[in-house]
Amino acid sequence: MRGGSWRQSSLTGIGVLFGVTLAGLLLLPFFALAISTPASDLLEGATHPLFASALLLSLRTTLTSLSITVVLGTPLAWWLASSSSKTARVIEVLVGLPIVIPPAVVGVALLQTFGREGLLGPALGSVGIALPFTEISVVLAQIVVSAPFFVKAGASAFREVRPDMLIVARTLGASPPVAFFRVALPIALPGLLVGASLAWARALGEFGATLLFAGNMPGRTQTMPLAIFYALESDVRLAIVFSLVLAAVGMLLLVALRFLPALRNFMRGGNA
Amino acid sequence: MTSWQVIVRARRGELDLDVTFEGDEQPIALVGPNGSGKTSVLRAIAGVLDLRDARITVGDTVLEDTSAGVRVPIEERRIGYVPQGFGLFPHLTVLENVEFGLSTGKNPLQSEERSRRALQMLSELNCASLSERSVKHLSGGEKQRIALARSLVLEPAFLLLDEPLAALDATLRRTLRQFLAERLRLFQGPSITVTHDVRDVAALGAQIVALENGRIVQQGPLSLIQQSPATEFLAEFVGAD
Repeated sequence: MRGGSWRQSSLTGIGVLFGVTLAGLLLLPFFALAISTPASDLLEGATHPLFASALLLSLRTTLTSLSITVVLGTPLAWWLASSSSKTARVIEVLVGLPIVIPPAVVGVALLQTFGREGLLGPALGSVGIALPFTEISVVLAQIVVSAPFFVKAGASAFREVRPDMLIVARTLGASPPVAFFRVALPIALPGLLVGASLAWARALGEFGATLLFAGNMPGRTQTMPLAIFYALESDVRLAIVFSLVLAAVGMLLLVALRFLPALRNFMRGGNA
Repeated sequence: MTSWQVIVRARRGELDLDVTFEGDEQPIALVGPNGSGKTSVLRAIAGVLDLRDARITVGDTVLEDTSAGVRVPIEERRIGYVPQGFGLFPHLTVLENVEFGLSTGKNPLQSEERSRRALQMLSELNCASLSERSVKHLSGGEKQRIALARSLVLEPAFLLLDEPLAALDATLRRTLRQFLAERLRLFQGPSITVTHDVRDVAALGAQIVALENGRIVQQGPLSLIQQSPATEFLAEFVGAD
């Protein structure tokens, strides 16, 4: 018995050690980042001309890509959740492809699609449209890498809506669109918000596909992650300021996601 | 006296549904083993299913007639439908659930009138005190009443209840069975209640329509089924304690 309990407690000890090691590995870099720069350097970095332009470009492109993702992704998520067809199951698996494929590959694939020599390139070129290395290409890259997170979360959120509830809504006089907007959408809303937050975070951090498909041109296609890459070669303080801003945004999102359900309850009057 | 008729032929996966029955304002108890098509019949009347061949009339209104190409949309049928599990909207309060049907359609009521009618209905069902509660935390019996209130407040032309007492424990069942019977008497319109319990049939004073494998195997008053049940299932159903 004594041997058994010794073995058990040493196993527990090893488990704790492993866990603490990984947690440290995950958190230490952020701690180092936070303490690495004196406030004066931060100020200098934040007033650097590259900072404002990359920040604005990142905000503008990610809010655009998020809006497009939500508008196009909500009906897709709804269809995936409510259809029992084989096609829907196949599409659902395929939609997740950009999650598991490296962003650099997505960048090459986008070039092969929209590039001058790509699948749609000649057709777009004939009407005078060249997408690569423009702000539109930044948005496109962000949509491709981030939308799967929204669609996946959205589909599982819509699965919370029992078909019976929609039937009841219809018998209570609601047309199909009214039943969707007043019953299905509000029930799925928390899950959709989580999906939108994940998609936004992913778009904000997008680097590889953007670099290949949109390039790294200050003021035009240089988003914050690309600006970090660029600044590391010239001014490490600038890179750190960018990194701190992105880390802070991520932190805020994490906290928001954690407290989302509580906030929702609170806004509903906190009724039991 | 409102009379009605239901003729429904449809294919639902493995089930080949083919039923014809009619009635007036006397409650109907739809009974049968699991998978016999009871819920499908209710959904067909509500207008949810694509039917191969159907004619459904309530009073002078034709809700569905496949040969004449008539199919009234669900939202215009004036059907009160209470599904298994009640189908309450979890994101709304009790009052908002009951008000829902008063705010839809071509002529939604003003907000004050909605609350007035919804509260009136809730007090008739002895649950006005629940009006501000979220429906998520109601007991089974409370949910049943709210679902009933939500349907009845629209004064439906036809009431369809899918196992309204199934989710309740034995004591509550007894109380709510009496309550339901009382409400259906007050409702004074046609109704179909799906049930697995012969005591529900007796309390509601209902005519039985017995379904097996999508076909009606017997129909009539409880006494008739008790005297000569047509199938093994029915013998067990009426013989059950």
